[in-house]
Amino acid sequence: MTTATVSRWDRFRESFVWYSFKRDKVAIASFVVLLLMVLAAVFAPLLAPTDPYDLAQINIMNSELPPAGLAGSDPAFPLGTDAQGRDLLSTILYGTRVSLMIGFGAVLLQSVLGILFGLLAGYLGGKVDAVLMRIADVQLSFSTLMVAIIVGAVFKASFGNLMFGEIAIYMLIFIIGVAEWPQIARTVRASVLAEKKKEYVDAAKVMGFSTPRIMFRHILPNTLSPIFVIATVQIANAIISEAALSFLGLGMPETQPSLGSLIKSGFDYIQSGSWWITLLPGLVLVVLVLVINLLGDWLRDVMNPRLYKG
Amino acid sequence: MALLEVRNLDVRFAVRGGDLTALRGISFSLDKGERLGLVGESGAGKSVAAFSILNLIAKPGYIAGGQILFEGRDLAAMSERELRKIRGNRIAMIFQDPMMTLNPVLTIGTQMVEAIQAHRNIGKKEAKAIALDRLQKAQIPSPEKRLDQYPHELSGGMRQRVIIAIALLLDPEIIIADEPTTALDVTIQAEIMDLLLNLCEQENVALMLITHDLGVVSQVTQRMLVMYSGRIIEQGPTREIINDAQHPYTQGLINALPQMGEPGERLFQIPGSMPSLKNVPKGCPFHPRCRFATEQCKQSMPEYVRSGNVDVACYEVANLIEQEKHMQEAES
Amino acid sequence: MLAFLVQRISQAFLVMFVISVIAFAIQDGLGDPLQQMVGMSVSEEEREALREEMGLNDPIVVQYLRFAGNALQGDLGNSYFYSKPTLEVIAEHLPATLELVIGASLIIVVFSVPIGVYAAIRPQAWLSKFFMGVSTVGISIPVFLTAIMLIQLFSIGVTVNAFPADTGWGQWLNGFFSTEGGLPSYGRGDNLTHLFGTWHSGFFSEGGLMHLILPSVSLASIMLPLFIRLIRAEMMEVLQSDYIRYARAKGLSAGRINFLHALKNTMLPVITVGGVQIGIMVAYTILTETVFQWPGVGLMFLEAITRSDIPLIVAYLMVVGLIFVITNTLVDLIYGLVNPTVKLTGKKA
Repeated sequence: MTTATVSRWDRFRESFVWYSFKRDKVAIASFVVLLLMVLAAVFAPLLAPTDPYDLAQINIMNSELPPAGLAGSDPAFPLGTDAQGRDLLSTILYGTRVSLMIGFGAVLLQSVLGILFGLLAGYLGGKVDAVLMRIADVQLSFSTLMVAIIVGAVFKASFGNLMFGEIAIYMLIFIIGVAEWPQIARTVRASVLAEKKKEYVDAAKVMGFSTPRIMFRHILPNTLSPIFVIATVQIANAIISEAALSFLGLGMPETQPSLGSLIKSGFDYIQSGSWWITLLPGLVLVVLVLVINLLGDWLRDVMNPRLYKG
Repeated sequence: MALLEVRNLDVRFAVRGGDLTALRGISFSLDKGERLGLVGESGAGKSVAAFSILNLIAKPGYIAGGQILFEGRDLAAMSERELRKIRGNRIAMIFQDPMMTLNPVLTIGTQMVEAIQAHRNIGKKEAKAIALDRLQKAQIPSPEKRLDQYPHELSGGMRQRVIIAIALLLDPEIIIADEPTTALDVTIQAEIMDLLLNLCEQENVALMLITHDLGVVSQVTQRMLVMYSGRIIEQGPTREIINDAQHPYTQGLINALPQMGEPGERLFQIPGSMPSLKNVPKGCPFHPRCRFATEQCKQSMPEYVRSGNVDVACYEVANLIEQEKHMQEAES
Repeated sequence: MLAFLVQRISQAFLVMFVISVIAFAIQDGLGDPLQQMVGMSVSEEEREALREEMGLNDPIVVQYLRFAGNALQGDLGNSYFYSKPTLEVIAEHLPATLELVIGASLIIVVFSVPIGVYAAIRPQAWLSKFFMGVSTVGISIPVFLTAIMLIQLFSIGVTVNAFPADTGWGQWLNGFFSTEGGLPSYGRGDNLTHLFGTWHSGFFSEGGLMHLILPSVSLASIMLPLFIRLIRAEMMEVLQSDYIRYARAKGLSAGRINFLHALKNTMLPVITVGGVQIGIMVAYTILTETVFQWPGVGLMFLEAITRSDIPLIVAYLMVVGLIFVITNTLVDLIYGLVNPTVKLTGKKA
């Protein structure tokens, strides 16, 4: 009698992770919402009724129209328009796209940096560890937001407004990625220190494997699970950081706005009653960050089986 | 009427996927000034039994049934407020690891005085005097200094003496000691055990000693009960059980003691291991490891039968007693 | 204890040194004082002579030492925009920020401890779940957005007409959800009381306090959920420990167990984290001050960036760096004082 091979998908379906996910309504709802938002952002060029950055399509006569349902609205602009007459639905779609790109990009960068430095610090120890952790400590005590602001300010001053605007998206990924690597590095380092004591590391050394090989192929896979939790939350943090930087004028320019810059430009019009220009992008931002945080919370609970919920 | 009488105690754990039974039908009693030992492997349920007396089982555990009669009142049915009057006051507890038991950020003095003031309406000075007295009884040198010290400033043995002193603060009727020497250095284990024994004798305090160490049980206790998988399988006077254990499991435990082995021969081991709470077998929980197991053992839990002064839950023992009775009748 | 102090203070000096090097690097890299000081018409030779005179051609180490030496004497250059010593500009703006931070801190302390403790002792109560839910949402809202929403709600006012206005219950619901607004949302107002030096306080007049409300609440709003979650998590962990069970076994009252035994152990890690959060607050003041046009150092820093006022930027970094270092050192010291296991040995036990 032969035993059927169990595919990866089957194993996943039987796993505790899936079981827990199915039972947690909040996690499911958050995931669905996030998926919708990501898809909307990815397909923004197809979904948006207008291209808000094509000057030919904007008519100043349409400016400051309120969202559908309120007096004075125009059904062509379901979420209203901003002060230049741009359709808010379109700008929000494009803005979400930018925010998500920066969020994922920054987390990718900080994960690569964090894992690399964490592995080095943890495995090599000694001076390397001391120096890296000192830098991490100073960065953390300044708070990553502050570091991001300072780096952003310096870059903006040295590159000048125009050039900064053109490469802004890469700048922001770089800035936020560099500002946030310490947290991941610390976690990885802690895991590495714990794994270093285990026997499989001794076994690998005895077999004569080189240090990089041991670090990356043997130890690294065992340190990855807490990183998933942190990375998820960090995506939310990156999006907020980018929004903050854009709000301060150190982020995305008006010609390629993220949700943060949309909020900023809309803020000037709140006193005149056009609250939707700033608050609707704000709402989208909050929902996006919220669902990512909720998923992160669920992930953390799943990876930490200590707490009984009897 | 015994000082403490536990009748048919059932304790369960509420976990994902249903309840697990930790204790099933536990019944025993404790008289004034008596010293009772609870013996068994890790996981047999002895600590759970100890904590359930004062309803201090950690969540998700809960008392599912039975009675715990202390001076006639059922502790299992009491409100938290009522229980609080008894805890530390009439019934005191000693936990296993004194480093984890004492609050690291409060002084010894604070932790002793508060125990007194929780139950007596007396001032700080008077309370301190009582504390000093008990510290001296626990043979702690320079007791006045200790009151202002923090737990981490004392050695392990000293900390446990403090715990013993705290247990005696309000002259309790019963002290429940959960493996009081396991976490200590081997060299001071005997000292602490001696201290506890002497104090209990002097003050006429009943002692419920939970331990896995048969040697200690045979020296300290007057009666003992043996637990396995949440049930009491043998119960009676310590001397009788140690000298002539009836239940196959108890026999195994005693035979496994290094003192019982012959020099140069392999030490005796009971084959297999105690099942986890999730996998308790039907019938007598010991039957998978028992060489006398029969079909009956696999089907139902044996009732207690009396052999001498000892109660044993085992079909094999029951049969042997039956056979002996028949033989005696045949002779007469 | 002494060893502990010495170790911490020398660490502080080291960090300050690193910060000063970074600040100097920024100054050297970005700022060309000549460009700002003299116009285009000045000839190249004159510029060169001026450079020589100002010591801008000296080796970089010498320039750094001059910079550091001046800094230690309290001279961090003059602001391009204000044409005043930078430290003077900072001193004029600092009290406003400090009052904002004080206001926010008060709100945080007063609310986070009771709510966090309650949520830990009664995790199943609907009130706990409510607070935790609000906290999760709160963490997801960036501080400037909270500020904007607060302005909309309490400064501008919101009239809700979603419910049918011709019914009694509709009118009531509309009224319930509408707000009047009226709280000031711009600057600090005119009724400031002069305390000393450059410190004009808003705490002692009604006008000043009114102006403080929205900004302080905004600033607190990002930290409050963090602290509530932190206190709750720590407390729940502490409540599982053996010494808490032992305290129950001694028959102590629930109040004493929760508020002495548990809370004291809970607050230790909270103090550590709290100290770090104060650092983070400085970053958030920049955002809050921008929204409310609050004349503190945060707004000053942002304007300096827009104006490329390099000396002011550098001076701000040095001052903020110093504040961070002092705060972190103080927090470590306080932790060492409060935690008995740290006292004697000087190292964490």
